[in-house]
Amino acid sequence: MIEFDVRTTDDGIGVVVPRGRLNMVAARELRETLTGLVDSGTPRIVVDLAETTFLDSSALGALVAGLKTARQAGGDLRIARPTESVMTVFRLTNLDKVLRPRDDVESAFHG
Amino acid sequence: MSPARRAVVRVVALVTAVLGVNYVVWRWLFSVNWDAWWIAVPLVIAETYSLVDSLLFGMTVWRLKGRGEPPEPEPGLSVDVFIATYNEPLDLVLDTARAAQRITYPHRTWILDDGNRAELRARAEAEGIGWITRSADWAGMPRHAKAGNLNNALEATEGEFLLILDADMVPKPEILDRTLGYFRDERMGLVQTPQYFVNVPDDDPLGSQAPLFYGPIQEGKDGWNAAFFCGSNAVIRREALMQIGIARYAGEIEVGVRRALRTADAVIGQARKDLGPDEDGVRRALEEIAYDIARARRDLDRGEALFDVTYRFQKRVAATRRALVDSDLQALHDDLAIIAGLDQLAEAPDISLATIDETALRQLADREWSPLGAVETVEALVRAIDVDRSGEAQPVMPMATISVTEDMATCMRMHGLGWRSAYHDEILAEGLAPEDLQTMLTQRLRWAQGTAQVMFRENPLVQKGLTLAQKLMYFATMWTYLSGFAALVYIAAPIAYLTLGVLPVQALSTDFFVRLVPFLLVNQLLFFVVADGRPTWRGQQYSLALFPVWIRSFTSAFGNVYLGRSLDFAVTPKEKREHTGPRWDLVRPQLVAMGLLCLALVAGGVRLALGHASPFGTIFNMVWVVFDLVIFSVIIKAVRYRGFEPEPDARVLTPRPSEEGAA
Repeated sequence: MIEFDVRTTDDGIGVVVPRGRLNMVAARELRETLTGLVDSGTPRIVVDLAETTFLDSSALGALVAGLKTARQAGGDLRIARPTESVMTVFRLTNLDKVLRPRDDVESAFHG
Repeated sequence: MSPARRAVVRVVALVTAVLGVNYVVWRWLFSVNWDAWWIAVPLVIAETYSLVDSLLFGMTVWRLKGRGEPPEPEPGLSVDVFIATYNEPLDLVLDTARAAQRITYPHRTWILDDGNRAELRARAEAEGIGWITRSADWAGMPRHAKAGNLNNALEATEGEFLLILDADMVPKPEILDRTLGYFRDERMGLVQTPQYFVNVPDDDPLGSQAPLFYGPIQEGKDGWNAAFFCGSNAVIRREALMQIGIARYAGEIEVGVRRALRTADAVIGQARKDLGPDEDGVRRALEEIAYDIARARRDLDRGEALFDVTYRFQKRVAATRRALVDSDLQALHDDLAIIAGLDQLAEAPDISLATIDETALRQLADREWSPLGAVETVEALVRAIDVDRSGEAQPVMPMATISVTEDMATCMRMHGLGWRSAYHDEILAEGLAPEDLQTMLTQRLRWAQGTAQVMFRENPLVQKGLTLAQKLMYFATMWTYLSGFAALVYIAAPIAYLTLGVLPVQALSTDFFVRLVPFLLVNQLLFFVVADGRPTWRGQQYSLALFPVWIRSFTSAFGNVYLGRSLDFAVTPKEKREHTGPRWDLVRPQLVAMGLLCLALVAGGVRLALGHASPFGTIFNMVWVVFDLVIFSVIIKAVRYRGFEPEPDARVLTPRPSEEGAA
């Protein structure tokens, strides 16, 4: 099962924390969560993957779709703190070469 | 697969290879008649082509894999059954969908209606069948035909596995029970089953069944872990598809962004040249942007993450633009229309992100822009090709869109990422083949074009991640489609001898025959032992008799990939066409060829009677001509074919679901 914690920081940055397995069934919920944030005026989003135990290519697809939505609204989507097993999925598809994971949520939008 | 049969196949394949290489090497080194090079060289090249074809075939069947009984599927997998339709009659689609509902393994059935037909939706939903059409994201975007249809459905569903069916492919209830078990192997990405057609008479005048392909060839490719996806009657693991979609996306945006930056640089360069001496503020702005472009390219070269580079670049350019706006409103106005058009940059069908027309980009670079227009262009360019991929409906396209036939390219990418595939040789769905020559020709042209597109755009021989054997298995299929050019030579050579007395070989000597004849015989023997009772003659006939189709597929795909021309792509119609009499006009090139061959027979006879030609050479070439004519005779049969008329009791043997349902 998966849960999504969603909060907004003082700087107006949306933080999404998926807890659990981020698979093809959860991918749609992730996509809707990200779109919802952008639509409510928060186009800068950090997805904190520290508590994501598993992630598949459908979830990567949802992240990419979220990134597209965020950029179209003038914002951006960043990922932070992926575990080693989640990073492996990024590397398999070379997505790590284009989407750089940040070390922590707070500084994700600095530089 | 019995070990004895495999041993026989291997021995014959080996003997064929040895005799073939022996013959063709001797031809090149010792027997080309260089005086008649204009026919001698094409002939020896055509013979070399045929030898390579034979060697690749031998390699294919070397590892014939008979999988036998499939493993039991795990219980509780989630499966979506996709029925792809565009314009097929509603009853036909619903027949298939009802049969899909009756598949015993638990699943959900979806009609993927690219025609967006309200009536189909109503009727499907009334029977509890899911109906999906393109989402709003696709408005004004490249549609990518069936690949786009499937990609759209992938976003709307979430099953772990997908069974893909063409609208006319009526599945049997056990289709999932017999295929899902292979996915116990975690790296298994795809299971393909045969495509079999019920509306084809035994003598198959249009060559619709492909008993050699959906049999030994696929089983042979399977032995090299290269069983192909053929578009329908296949089960795919969603994760494998999504993964190739993401990997592709990551690769293509990098290529696309680099290309956009190069063009952007040219646009800015042009704008700087056109500046008047008193426009210092504008000059500075353009210099800043030129600097940003150079920096972005440098950052990419250094391996910085692409999304970071483009984000920073966009922010910087946006800031520069804001500074410029006040000074340059009027000139901007003229450029706006063209900038708006940039969003359609990637609109031509069959074009993927990385293959966006370079000529279009060059034209942009050459236009005279106002300075602000230039800046806007740069922004729009990078945005169009950048991470948000706004020229496409979906950023991630799991099904390959580089070709009009999505299946081969998709499968090759899947193999490239290390997924396995299986071919399960059991008829689990029954479909409808074209029943008239025109439809059949359109369909063959489309398959051949698709294959040629993949060869030009993603040549398997240079794809990373494929084993050498996999590369050769993909290449083998592409190679067979080049037979049209060889056919031309095989028609011309005997005509040249019989009419002009020109002999492309130095002499029709004993040396020649002891090398050629055994090779030809053992090559046929190889077909015979591999086919194991399946008919192969129709296929052999059509591989030469459809030479105009193969040649056109090759030239049109070349024009499409390298010159940006349209393929004249047509969807294969499934319904029966109105009968309008034999269409001799569709096979004019073949009829001309047959006429020339017949004339050559007469000319050869006359020359022989007048003593201008040797009896032996004349008879040899006449036999060759007769063989050509026998090959081409299938064309006459095809033109005269009036559609399928089932035997009175045939329907009882293969009842269609609607008839069962109506009872």
